[in-house]
Amino acid sequence: MALPQAKLDMTEARLAALSLPGGAAWATALREDALARVRVMGLPGRRDEYWKYTDPTTLTQPQPPEAALFAGDETPVFGGLDRLKIVFVDGVFDAEASDDLSMAGIEIDRLEDVAKADIHWVKDLYGVLETRGQVPVQRPLAALNTAFATDGIVIRATGKAEKPVSIQYLHGSTTSDAILHHVIKVEEGAELTVLENGPAAARFNKVMEVDVADGGRFNHVRTQGRDHQRRAATHIFTRLGQESVFKSFTLTANGMLTRNECIIEFTGDDGVAHVAGACVGDGDFHHDDTVFVTHDAVNCESRQVFKKVLRNGATGVFQGKILVKQGAQKTDGYQISQALLLDDDSQFLAKPELEIYADDVACSHGSTSGAIDETSLFYLRSRGVPESEAQDLLVLAFLAEAIQEIEDDAIAEDILDRLRAWLERRRK
Amino acid sequence: MLTIKNLHVKLEDEDKQILKGVDLEVEAGKVHAIMGPNGSGKSTLSYVLSGRDGYEVTDGSATMEGEDILEMEPEERAAAGLFLAFQYPVEIPGVGNMTFLRTALNSQRKARGEEELSAADFLKMIREKAKALKIDADMLKRPVNVGFSGGEKKRNEILQMAVLEPKMCILDETDSGLDVDAMKLVADGVNALRDEGRSFLVITHYQRLLDHIVPDVVHIMANGRIIKTGGPELALEVEKNGYADLLTEEVA
Repeated sequence: MALPQAKLDMTEARLAALSLPGGAAWATALREDALARVRVMGLPGRRDEYWKYTDPTTLTQPQPPEAALFAGDETPVFGGLDRLKIVFVDGVFDAEASDDLSMAGIEIDRLEDVAKADIHWVKDLYGVLETRGQVPVQRPLAALNTAFATDGIVIRATGKAEKPVSIQYLHGSTTSDAILHHVIKVEEGAELTVLENGPAAARFNKVMEVDVADGGRFNHVRTQGRDHQRRAATHIFTRLGQESVFKSFTLTANGMLTRNECIIEFTGDDGVAHVAGACVGDGDFHHDDTVFVTHDAVNCESRQVFKKVLRNGATGVFQGKILVKQGAQKTDGYQISQALLLDDDSQFLAKPELEIYADDVACSHGSTSGAIDETSLFYLRSRGVPESEAQDLLVLAFLAEAIQEIEDDAIAEDILDRLRAWLERRRK
Repeated sequence: MLTIKNLHVKLEDEDKQILKGVDLEVEAGKVHAIMGPNGSGKSTLSYVLSGRDGYEVTDGSATMEGEDILEMEPEERAAAGLFLAFQYPVEIPGVGNMTFLRTALNSQRKARGEEELSAADFLKMIREKAKALKIDADMLKRPVNVGFSGGEKKRNEILQMAVLEPKMCILDETDSGLDVDAMKLVADGVNALRDEGRSFLVITHYQRLLDHIVPDVVHIMANGRIIKTGGPELALEVEKNGYADLLTEEVA
């Protein structure tokens, strides 16, 4: 079916502002395939059902709107952890600020380098999970990413990584438009933690493909903060083998537009996937969590926990779906999305969905939005806690269920410190 | 300590007068009890004194050591030394009991210009006080009142009182929902806090709590006013004859 002319024009205008990076024949072929997918789908528009609650205009226009740089002196998150640090500034690898890309049990390379090599494991994975994730819902921005990503990190874990790989995205130019694509392969029985933080660019399009083989474990913790005017569309595509574990947590504070998509597919039995998010938004803040979990194996557990605290007209969106295919018996699916609205101007738009074709499953979902509990607030105040602090305590309590999804206590504490600092800044 | 004069209170959203001229004077170091039938305005009095929303003072005054408390925010009243032990302590999922207690104590100290207590000093203090009330480490770790039994919730209120060391303690039906043993434990906790500089206002339906927390003065409240004041024997009289006689007296 031909695309409507307006969509076609919008898509071509965006493509005209980009050029395919060079590389080995396999890389060029994969990128051209992805470009063809973009042309067939067209970039998302406001009239697309999947973008009903989030206007993609600034994500698809040829140049990003300017985003001012945040001048603050706070130390970046994860700074106190023993980690392997990789730094990108406006989407450009910063060798000087990055650690040496070597660690026992894992191979780490840059996409830009390996795309030039004739032989590399990544050629069998690049864009593969993204392509699988285009059905049943189209994700054109992810295909655009596969076509035009200038760089990224490719990691293959063969053992238990001794420390987390921490990718830091710095923002240095008010007009930067970054496209990064990471590919991660967790081999049988291997274990890896990836941390991400930073504002990245005025506009950021990021894809992370994660293939977790049988018995593998992948942990992911990310923060998106600071520079408020930034815009981002991110995708995580993951495939889970037998008895594998995938856990992802995201904290978002500030950001005029953030759309985080997470696409999870169970292909082996007894897998576990938890995806959680906490966000705090103030003013012209728009945050969208879109999750799609496909159960295509027996006895897998999926869990989605999303909490949003919104004030001064901030908007939160949640679109979460659990699809249980025929034969995916003993599926345990859970999904909760909740918003705490601190005033009447803020809004939460939620579309929780279940689609089940197996007859022996346990799936539940819930979505709520509400104000702060006045009785609790009074109880705290009656004990001497000032109103603003009491409110912050209740905000943190509300977010607790999502934060508890972080397995590592030190990382969870770091995340909590960020939240406390954010709330404290709002009090002044 | 606490002086209430001609206090008139109505519901904010409704045209309903609840307190119709309450006069009460609680001296330092004394325990006063207020008894009265359902709907007499006892709990409203405790809420208005602690600063809960939803009530409008239409006349009269309430002062603590000469300071007008009705003008203060709830947290300012607390820092000034007022404490309300709730009839229904609130469950707050996600906020640890220890965090709550420490935040409350340090907020009050800060408001009074005192130094905040360090984590180590706080821990030492809380352990001692919790032990006396038979509150175990697990209860301190759990979220505030979540999953606590009725007795545990009330003991937790008394623990807060012991930690915050208020001057004026209001106990709103602290005996409700307690069995005899639990009531005794709570009463022991309260009695341990009796002190020359500390006053209590004990609100209750039943005389039995007053067997354990022996009051200096007993007031009977009905229809938004104090209709009779006496010694501990007044409570026994109510226990024997109910409120009916007193109410008839009032009407007559």
